[in-house]
Amino acid sequence: MSVVSLTHVTRTFGPVVALDDVSLDVDQGELVGLLGPNGAGKTTLLSLVSGLRRPDSGDVRLFGGDPRSAASRIGLGTTPQDTGLPPTLTVGEVVDLVGRHYPAPMPTSEVLARFGLEDLVRRQTGGLSGGQRRRLAVALALVGRPRLVLLDEPTTGLDVEARHVLWQALREYHADGATVVLTSHYLEEIEALADRVVVVGGGRVLADDSLAAVLGLVGLRRVVLTVPASVVLDGLPGAAVVQDGVAAGDGGDVRRTVLASDADAFVRALVRQDVPFRDLEMRGASLEEAFLTLTTRDGEAADRDVVAHPGTDQPASDEPAEEVAR
Amino acid sequence: MTTLTARPRPFWTLAVVHARFQFVETIRIPIAVLGNLLFPALALLFFVVPQRSVADDPVLATAAVAQLGTFAVMSTCLFSFGVGVSEDRALPFDPFLRTLPAGAGPRLAGRVINGVVWSFFALVPLVLIGWLLTAATITVPRALAAVVMVPVVAVPFLLLGLAIGYRLTSKAAIAVVQATLFPLAFAGGLFLPPEMFPGWLDAISKLLPSRAARDLAVQAVTGDPAYAGALVVILAWTALFAALAVLAYRRDEGRRFH
Repeated sequence: MSVVSLTHVTRTFGPVVALDDVSLDVDQGELVGLLGPNGAGKTTLLSLVSGLRRPDSGDVRLFGGDPRSAASRIGLGTTPQDTGLPPTLTVGEVVDLVGRHYPAPMPTSEVLARFGLEDLVRRQTGGLSGGQRRRLAVALALVGRPRLVLLDEPTTGLDVEARHVLWQALREYHADGATVVLTSHYLEEIEALADRVVVVGGGRVLADDSLAAVLGLVGLRRVVLTVPASVVLDGLPGAAVVQDGVAAGDGGDVRRTVLASDADAFVRALVRQDVPFRDLEMRGASLEEAFLTLTTRDGEAADRDVVAHPGTDQPASDEPAEEVAR
Repeated sequence: MTTLTARPRPFWTLAVVHARFQFVETIRIPIAVLGNLLFPALALLFFVVPQRSVADDPVLATAAVAQLGTFAVMSTCLFSFGVGVSEDRALPFDPFLRTLPAGAGPRLAGRVINGVVWSFFALVPLVLIGWLLTAATITVPRALAAVVMVPVVAVPFLLLGLAIGYRLTSKAAIAVVQATLFPLAFAGGLFLPPEMFPGWLDAISKLLPSRAARDLAVQAVTGDPAYAGALVVILAWTALFAALAVLAYRRDEGRRFH
């Protein structure tokens, strides 16, 4: 039985389609990273799984039951957003409040020790630093010894050291047999934790694969170069997406950005075909740019075959002619 | 599988947990509740105490304390624990609590318990002023009857407050509570005694939860019997407001959109 199961789930907020026909299953013991830009639908997805919201259509199951019923949520641990702790309650009181909802909660001292918060048990949460509040928020997800932990951007705003402490605590908890689903827009965080990565964009699942496979998809290089406007870059080996250029100088040149799945092959092709380029720059593509390639693959696959299969060495000679005409 | 046999914690255990933490939260910022205690106490001090014809008459003075006491309970319930919900709901901790394995019932019951406790506190200044500065008097059995009457009066208004708080944003909730509280209080005879009402207003008044609450409170402390049907009226409103509160809670999806 799946721990989490979404079947053809759609959810809108007024005119905004937050989730568009999403199907997803998470099995016992998986550590799944939901990766996507802000507004991709990650938080909406978690809010459906935790019973906060209902889908407009489709079916959401948590441990096989309806997440809106309290009994389904006994094995669930979630985390409040970091600003969201009641400021007048103490750390110990908040942990106690949450623990009392579960049949066999961790003792307060154990929870706090896992996250290095032992000394703060009597401190009011309003008096905690941002990092301490964040750690407490994640600690609250584990208080009830849940079999499924949902974490929404768990380390946003933390410094490197605090982030590593939190990651370690999550790895240990996962090693005890729990299922963990976390969202992030940091590739680094997903790399550090997840075995399986689901890329979400525009309310849809764009990719769902092992960490290594998704890293291959999103591990792009960004190549910027100036070429005459007549030069066609689409279809060159290694070029995944060619963005519209901006005019550069007055000789009819344009400055184009190419997201390359294989930058070496792309540059070799430029040289081999004697493309008159200048001012070439190269750097790692940002995650946002990587998402763009996935979105493009998904949305324009029908009419942009080359882009749909980055890395294939098949130049589609008949297709880019139209692109130039635009 | 173990999940199928796992059950949430018992209803009342969870209700008491929520009541306790809400009480602790409230007592650490008591000014919100103290504000509500002040108005009925001042009303007694300025409008009843100087009128010696009322203040020196044991029955009238006791009835006046009961009447303003009903108002104190109503306003505490509607403001602190109705509007308070709409404010809590806007904070990110509230959606987090909703993901815990507790349904609408225990959380609403926890708020009701906490509201009843604060309703007792709301009566303390009134009782003190009534005891020290007027001829108001009460016997032990009647005092016990009054203690029982406090939750009967408080619960319907708490539930109405919760229904409003879970349905509306805090700004809208404040406006709606004000537009509800004062007309209900006036038409329920909490400011002017219903003996001064014209016949048509008295007839409408008897259908209102505030009038039923007032007459039952006066009956408890003076022995002057409430009109027939007062108990039925207040119980019917309680049932209606409970249904509205649960519906509003279930419909609520928090104020945050992502």
